[in-house]
Amino acid sequence: MEIKSRSYDSVLVVSPTGRIDHANSEDFRNSLAPLVDRCKSDGDQIVMDLAEVEYISSAGLRCFMLAEKQAKAQGGTIVIAAMQPVVKEIFEISRFTLVFETFSTVRESLARLSATALKAFPA
Amino acid sequence: MRVRFWGTRGSLPVALTSADIRRKIEAALSKAIEKGVSSAQELRSFIDNDLDFSITQTYGGHSPCVEIETGGAEYLMCDMGSGARGFGERIMSRQEFQPMVVNVLMSHVHWDHIMGFPFFAPAYTPGAHIRIYGCHDVIEQAFRLQHSAPYFPVDFKSLAGQIEFIKLDAGRKFDIDGVQVTPKRQRHSGDSYGYRLERDGKAIVYSTDSEHKLENLAETESFVQFFRNADLVIFDAMYSLLDSVSVKADWGHSSNIVGVELAQLANVKHLCMFHHEPAFNDERIHAVLKDTVRFEELTRSAHPLLVSAAFDGMEIEV
Repeated sequence: MEIKSRSYDSVLVVSPTGRIDHANSEDFRNSLAPLVDRCKSDGDQIVMDLAEVEYISSAGLRCFMLAEKQAKAQGGTIVIAAMQPVVKEIFEISRFTLVFETFSTVRESLARLSATALKAFPA
Repeated sequence: MRVRFWGTRGSLPVALTSADIRRKIEAALSKAIEKGVSSAQELRSFIDNDLDFSITQTYGGHSPCVEIETGGAEYLMCDMGSGARGFGERIMSRQEFQPMVVNVLMSHVHWDHIMGFPFFAPAYTPGAHIRIYGCHDVIEQAFRLQHSAPYFPVDFKSLAGQIEFIKLDAGRKFDIDGVQVTPKRQRHSGDSYGYRLERDGKAIVYSTDSEHKLENLAETESFVQFFRNADLVIFDAMYSLLDSVSVKADWGHSSNIVGVELAQLANVKHLCMFHHEPAFNDERIHAVLKDTVRFEELTRSAHPLLVSAAFDGMEIEV
């Protein structure tokens, strides 16, 4: 599992790849931590781009929950974009769609968060 | 072995209300009209084949009590929730006042797990021997307390049955009437204990009131070992995963998602969801079951895992 991140104006697009499961969820959480620290009212907003994520276990979902909780306390927002069908169903079944706003594409999520970020995003 | 569920609801017993029954009737009749059912014969087939369990039946509302028929001469049960009243009546009608031995494995002594005992007829019956097993030090104290004024009018001392309390140690295997029983400590307020029951090459795990901390790999692995290759795991699936890691974290219960994951890791054959949330109606529990079956399909790697939701009166042959 790898995490890449790109900034578009005040929005950070975070793109993990592979599986997020019991074996690597703590690594994922640690990698995500410095990015979530920046997600605050006067800082970056985060789009979790899950296009390259094949599977998320309960331990992985918990990391999303903790990130959302921290971001919310800091006045930031985390949204989810581009989930593969399996991951989308896992989010729905585990009720995580009640907490996260989800979008079909990264572009749609940027449109929701920042017009400037959307302009900066490659067409 | 055969498992018979006398109580499957968590925390507090619940009952269907007249509004619930009316809603079921309306749902059934609406679907019958839609289907064009016009004869008694069509009606029976329609009920059997076209209606969900949540319309034709109910998951029930008694708090935890599970009987395991072992083929031995003695009775074996897990927990003494409100479902124990019905189980006691069944024992009394079977025994016709002949001596009997009832072995009870206690997960813990929170009220929903002991409240059936004052209504358990064998406790009042001369010649009945009730052995109550558990790993907590406070089991006898809790049973005596709920059987005393001002909580209950009949004092424990006046019970005519022979009641014995036997302390077990977690991790040690015990023989109870030919069944090998291994307790395991679980994460719950004041601790709870799960039980692995083995006989004739078959294994059943009773694991209720147990929270699983997903970030604790050693703890996860210990439960995978506890569940390993079990034919049936009865699992506390009270909450959604979202609730269990957010607003209800540290409340001592688990979720359907974690149940499937642990059962898959442990190569379990059948996962039976148990300790249903008392706020959920039949439709909601049925929806959770459908979601869980789908989750198992999505995440299946090797053999399929059978997933069910326990209901009062359900029987599973192992």
